[in-house]
Amino acid sequence: MSTAPDDVMRTADGVPLKISLRRAQVRGRIRALLLVLPLLGFLSVAFLLPIGDMLFRGVDNRIVASVLPGTAAAIQDWNPDGAELPDDAVFHALVLDIRAAFEERTLGRVGRRLNYEKPGMSSLFRKTGRRATRITGPPWRDRVIAVDKRWSDIDTWRLIHRESGAVTGSYFLAAVDLRLDDRGEVVRQPEPRRIYLTLFVRTLWMSGAITVLCLLLAYPVSYLMATLPLRVSNLLMICVLLPFWTSLLVRTTSWIALLQTEGVLNDLLVFAGLISEDGRLQMIHNKFGTFVAMVHILLPFMILPLYSVMKTIPPSLMRAARSLGATPFTAFVRVYMPNTVSGVGAGCIMVFILSIGYYITPALVGGRTGTFISNFIAIHVSETLNWGLAAALGALLLGLVLALYLLYDRIVGIDNMKLG
Amino acid sequence: MKHLLKSTAVAAAVTLWAGGAHAIDLTIVSWGGAYTASQQKAYHDPYMAANPGVKIINDDSAAEGLAKLRAQVEAGKVTWDIVDMVAADAIVACDEGLLEQVDPDTWLAAAPDGTPASKDFFAGTLTIGGTNCFIPQIVYSTTFGYRTDAFKGRQPSTIADVFDLKTFPGKRALEKKPIANLEWALIADGVPGKDVYKVLSTPEGVDRAFARLDTIKDQVIWWTKGAQPPQLLADGEVVIGSAYNGRLFSAIVEKKQPIAMLWDWQAFDLDGWVVPKGVKDLKAVKKYLRYATDTQRLADQAKYISYGPARYSSAPKVGKHAELGIDMKPHMPTSPENAKTILIFDYVWWADHRAELDERFNAWLAK
Repeated sequence: MSTAPDDVMRTADGVPLKISLRRAQVRGRIRALLLVLPLLGFLSVAFLLPIGDMLFRGVDNRIVASVLPGTAAAIQDWNPDGAELPDDAVFHALVLDIRAAFEERTLGRVGRRLNYEKPGMSSLFRKTGRRATRITGPPWRDRVIAVDKRWSDIDTWRLIHRESGAVTGSYFLAAVDLRLDDRGEVVRQPEPRRIYLTLFVRTLWMSGAITVLCLLLAYPVSYLMATLPLRVSNLLMICVLLPFWTSLLVRTTSWIALLQTEGVLNDLLVFAGLISEDGRLQMIHNKFGTFVAMVHILLPFMILPLYSVMKTIPPSLMRAARSLGATPFTAFVRVYMPNTVSGVGAGCIMVFILSIGYYITPALVGGRTGTFISNFIAIHVSETLNWGLAAALGALLLGLVLALYLLYDRIVGIDNMKLG
Repeated sequence: MKHLLKSTAVAAAVTLWAGGAHAIDLTIVSWGGAYTASQQKAYHDPYMAANPGVKIINDDSAAEGLAKLRAQVEAGKVTWDIVDMVAADAIVACDEGLLEQVDPDTWLAAAPDGTPASKDFFAGTLTIGGTNCFIPQIVYSTTFGYRTDAFKGRQPSTIADVFDLKTFPGKRALEKKPIANLEWALIADGVPGKDVYKVLSTPEGVDRAFARLDTIKDQVIWWTKGAQPPQLLADGEVVIGSAYNGRLFSAIVEKKQPIAMLWDWQAFDLDGWVVPKGVKDLKAVKKYLRYATDTQRLADQAKYISYGPARYSSAPKVGKHAELGIDMKPHMPTSPENAKTILIFDYVWWADHRAELDERFNAWLAK
């Protein structure tokens, strides 16, 4: 290294030190980026893109405009707030669209899509599709209405007008028990159809309660595992891990065998004379069943982070506290417990987030009062094929989790979380 | 050494020939368990024996059939060749444009007496719900089983008895879906079977059905998987439960549980084949389907499982159970003795109302 007349520090080959250092740093950064590139690529292909695609379905509304392009274009000039049906040209476009869609076999999709908003649309399109080739005009309007008088209902046309755009908010509205009425105003679903908000609230409070129960049960077990001699604590560890490695379905169905009214636990209680034969307790197919099975299944996710944090707390801390005059209780509360906060945070977040996404266990043991929102996402994905609503429900759940995560970060600080 | 070389060459040639002979792989998606086994014995094994070039691969993911099928068709990568679906799902898939259209008389074999397929399959089943993608194999029913040791004296025999907690106290098992339950509730409430959908089309009718379900709500365990209700009955958890008739048959006849059938207003349903749109080798698929849905093959399946074949011409050919040797005819949902009163789903009506009634049903359950 030499100092040039201009007082700039230079390396041996005469490049200023600052620039040389920056180059080295850039090279290092590129190398680091290249190293994580495979992971980034994998994450975006296997994780971000599919999730993004699924979330987009929550607002995607291209079906009506792509299957009925002529109608969607022609109806734009029509005033949906008036009392007049669209004019003959729109009905003509509708007949041509329906004929083409019937031929292409895409008509069922548009019928199903509009049926989400207004029951009866599915059969209306099916019926009209079958007869579309026989409709002749002009006048188109009267001939179409002759096929089915629902075409003379102005609300049918308001619906088509409203849903002919490329995006829609109706899935998200439905996911929070709202809907657009025939005039396009946001209103609440009729009382007997309100379901999703109840389920969101239930999912959140039950997951919270499961997390607290897991914490209460896991804390003493982890403490024992961290403080007992190795031989005993290894045995405890195996007791924790064995069920952890057992199939989820096996554990869930075992709880059914144990808790059902003709099950092992009720038999024991009757045998012991604590309850009568007619007074057998209903402990499964309700909230209680969901609590028991979920707490059991998620308990290891609380125990393991707690244990690994407690293992690192030196026993001398407690001894020091005692020698300074603290009672065992004070020493535990003031010295030991604050040291475990990072493990508590990690365990709670893990159990809570796993719990709000669970659906097999609540589906099997939850009965009618212990099912979660994820059960309905599963139903809409695999049974009703209403992926738009499933995506909207999933997006809201994801948003809720992220919001809670940020809240946690604000209060506890995510850097304080420790998995081990 | 020379001998060894020779035999190796022969072995290699045989392997090559055998490998080359499996020119066609057909991936057939079905429900697994006893059901796939019955299809294997009645359809797949004889077909592969007659066509050495074809290898049939079973995929047991029919329970997620609808969602996976949609994902495959939308991605343009169809790896399934034939899928086994219940009628309701086939209607949804057909409406979504995920399936090949079936022309019954060119695709399917005629009956032995020459009746074309379109006339030989049960009336209306090939065009169920106004679609034309579905080839029915079996008629199954959702019906009731009850424990024979639960009641003294008169045993439950009608759908009204299922809703009668006074005479027949005890827990019930019902499927966690509005379909069938609403219809049964109305029939139990005195609505004639033929008017059920007329009544359900009015708001008062729906209220009436839910009001009737309300009377037993606290005593019902709601099931979601077909294996649950026979287990609940066998454990004594419920005294009456709705279940698929084949599952009840297996619990009663094969496992000898103290359960009896209650066939009154059994809900008929169909299960059959559909072909994904854009399937690799449509010709091979059609050749297989022509064989597997002919009169004899459908009758053969009933030897292994108690579901009724969906062709008129198959019914007289139903014989004895392959292992138990009992006559299967009295156990068929389609036998005249069992089918005195049957509920036929109106799928067009359900396509219109499923979404709103699902929501209402689940909101009702949660309360």
